[in-house]
Amino acid sequence: MMKLEKKDILGIREMTVDEINLILETAESFLEISTRDIKKVPTLRGKSVINLFYEASTRTRTSFEIAGKRLSADTINISASTSSVVKGETLIDTARNLEAMNPDIIVIRHSAAGAPHLLASLVSQSIINAGDGAHEHPSQALLDMMTIKAKKGKIHGLKIALVGDILHSRVARSNIYGLSKMGAEVVVAGPATMIPRDIERMGVKVYTKLDDAIADADVVMMLRIQLERQKQNIFPSLREYAQHYCLNRNNIKRAKDDVIVMHPGPMNRGVEISPDIADDPNYSVILDQVNNGVAVRMALLYLLSGGNE
Amino acid sequence: MTEEKGPKIVMDSNVIERCLTRIAYEILEKNKGMDNLVLVGIRTGGIFLAERLQKKISAIEGREVPLGILDITLYRDDISKSKKKAPLGKTNIPFDLTEKKVILVDDVLFTGRTIRAAMDALIDFGRPKMIQLAVLIDRGHRELPIRADYVGKNLPSSLWEAVSVNLLEKNGRDEVVIEEET
Amino acid sequence: MKLLLKGARVIDPSQKIDALMDVLIEEGKIGACGTAITASPDVKVIDLTGMIVAPGLIDMHVHLREPGLEYKETIASGSAAAVAGGFTSIACMPNTEPVNDNRSITEFIRRKAAEANLANVYPIGAISIGSEGRQLTEFWDLKEAGIIALSDDGKPVMDAALLRRALEYASSLDLPVIQHCEDKNLSAGGLMNEGYYATILGLPGIPAIAEDVMVARDILIAEYTRTRIHIAHVSTAGAVRLIRDAKARGLNVTAETAPHYFTLTDESLQDYNTNYKVSPPLRNATDVGAIKEGLADGTLDAIACDHAPHGRTDKEVEFEYALNGISGLETSLGLSLNLWHDGILPLPELIAKMSCNPARILSLDKGMLAIGSDADITVINPDLPWIVDVKSFHSRGKNSPFHGLKMKGRAVLTIVGGDIKYNGLAEKP
Repeated sequence: MMKLEKKDILGIREMTVDEINLILETAESFLEISTRDIKKVPTLRGKSVINLFYEASTRTRTSFEIAGKRLSADTINISASTSSVVKGETLIDTARNLEAMNPDIIVIRHSAAGAPHLLASLVSQSIINAGDGAHEHPSQALLDMMTIKAKKGKIHGLKIALVGDILHSRVARSNIYGLSKMGAEVVVAGPATMIPRDIERMGVKVYTKLDDAIADADVVMMLRIQLERQKQNIFPSLREYAQHYCLNRNNIKRAKDDVIVMHPGPMNRGVEISPDIADDPNYSVILDQVNNGVAVRMALLYLLSGGNE
Repeated sequence: MTEEKGPKIVMDSNVIERCLTRIAYEILEKNKGMDNLVLVGIRTGGIFLAERLQKKISAIEGREVPLGILDITLYRDDISKSKKKAPLGKTNIPFDLTEKKVILVDDVLFTGRTIRAAMDALIDFGRPKMIQLAVLIDRGHRELPIRADYVGKNLPSSLWEAVSVNLLEKNGRDEVVIEEET
Repeated sequence: MKLLLKGARVIDPSQKIDALMDVLIEEGKIGACGTAITASPDVKVIDLTGMIVAPGLIDMHVHLREPGLEYKETIASGSAAAVAGGFTSIACMPNTEPVNDNRSITEFIRRKAAEANLANVYPIGAISIGSEGRQLTEFWDLKEAGIIALSDDGKPVMDAALLRRALEYASSLDLPVIQHCEDKNLSAGGLMNEGYYATILGLPGIPAIAEDVMVARDILIAEYTRTRIHIAHVSTAGAVRLIRDAKARGLNVTAETAPHYFTLTDESLQDYNTNYKVSPPLRNATDVGAIKEGLADGTLDAIACDHAPHGRTDKEVEFEYALNGISGLETSLGLSLNLWHDGILPLPELIAKMSCNPARILSLDKGMLAIGSDADITVINPDLPWIVDVKSFHSRGKNSPFHGLKMKGRAVLTIVGGDIKYNGLAEKP
């Protein structure tokens, strides 16, 4: 019998290799359900999953919602604009209110790093971190790992480059933990303003030039550039960023011939990734990531559900 | 009087083979050939038996009978009671079930709950014309109104006994063993 | 009432006394100090064998929250916390609501402190009106009302020209200026020390240079204007180095640090516990080492706890929204005694940093046991084991990361003006 010992999924940092493998293998079995005519199994019938989103998100929320529904759980979406958040209710009070309604799992997205940890310390329900500030986004890293494993047959020994605004990226942090644990060589790249201090201690190599980072890479993961960072002088202009950090037909030749290109979305076409790379099925696995995302989230909901023993 | 408490072999390799051959013929007889017939093995014990039946039926009829694999974990009725879960296996039914005669194959028929789950799962894949059940062992103790259409051996057993079906593909030898649960 | 403190080790760094002696208190003053003083029948004798008698401890950097934020602390509750922590005198920062930038607030604070009648409370006035960094307050008027120093604590004076004028104007009144050194442009948006732990926690960082740059700037301004400046809550190795160099060059720069800066590092923040959120932020192990060195070599003159009490609603929130600060008065001495237990500071030097040094910086007639001086005395049991329990805090602020920590040594008797204001002698460990 396999079992996930955790009450919550807060980050990849706290996960063991066995746990990651269990989640990935479970997710692989869930892939098939999404190919059926009736894309639904009764497994979590009568369970309720609350998607508590304090930050706008379409794809992650939808992905969790579809995952819950395909497992027959009741999914309820609460977003900051429709909940009492705007009236100034604290996370603690929201948590206690939700707890009183007795859901089984709460999925939380929050702009403040650590908010899921606070929630997990307050309620008995399982908490899944769907992204907190620049901290972690564990389900994204798991779906990325699942995608890499499916395309490459393994993660161990691969060279994987993460390029972009590492400083503000929770996707980068979760992937650095996950991919390193699984035995990949992880390198990050971006202008020095986008590289967080002492990141080398996370076990990654740091490059400031795209070409150096992606040389001989098996996987290149491009991160979304957020325009509002320009105001913080993290970069001078999208134009200049795109000239030096956009993955295109030309520079991708530096990577391995069978390189795959990933992006957590939403993409800025022509900024961090050129459209012809994003749309090239020889390189891009971006839509596989989305498909695997539902399976990974089904696996998380499935493995976390169950009574308290 | 004390009874021997060690494991007891109730079926050996030859007996198992003969039972499966008989079941293959029974299936063909009852269904008047193999038109619209499909086999679905229940993971994990039913898969290898279904594969053997597939070989036998195909050999008799000279055409391959389709075979699917079903993992019923997600349809179990005790899933939410425990965080402990059997590893989720892949389901692979690469054909439409609508209007098919489905032979569900499992190793041991016991409470009937697995078969209930399997039937629920099958119906999510289409609307079969009928579902029949083939098992190697029927050990009784049903908790649901379910019976098998094809039975290798009826094996009346106590609730505290464990029945293990060992197969060449799984454990390296063919035998059915009964022993007291420790 | 007359009190005779018998048999303790008396340490008075201001007079370089460290000996087993008796201390007689009469009329609120130190009456006599010597061996084998005999008690007349009207004297209450307290046997303090094994204890340390020290000049009343002074914390020159506390936040009392009143007026305006009484749910966090009042002058009365803060004073009670002070004497329970062994402090006979405290200097309170002006960032109340409204800010202590005028005579009426100063007078209000003094009146409330007199009503509480526990510790001596010395108000610190704001440098700029509303501590907004634009217009100087009326230093002269504030001094007459009773302030003993000036600071815009919490809101550093970013405008170098304003600081220059403040130092110059204050020097003509002999008022010390206390600066919270933080370059707000460098620290903007930051929530914790910039470094490995901020990186893995995904929290925006406050670089050490935000502090260092302003310490350097302020030292230069003080040097140029030939004035003195006091640097509050030093937390970085860089600031310690700059202050050490300034002192070596003979400049009139003094500095304090807080117990959490020599006790904790940013590694503590890993589970986003908001009780570790302070300003300046907890730094790394190198900085903690440098703070200890700075204390040991005299670069850092004083220990002040930056007592920052908060209500639950201020701390039981997402890390990003939590307010900065530790309710420190009742753990400050215990944590500081670790410097002695760990061999970093001899006991007399430790006591100096918590009594006569802050008295000197603030020009207070305190921090000594000279005959005729105010009988402000702290009796310390230096080895008493105890466990921090915020529920037993006298402060309204229960925000302490030290809850549950095992401590060794604490104040057992706090005497202010000859009156016992806190007596923990009977308490069993």
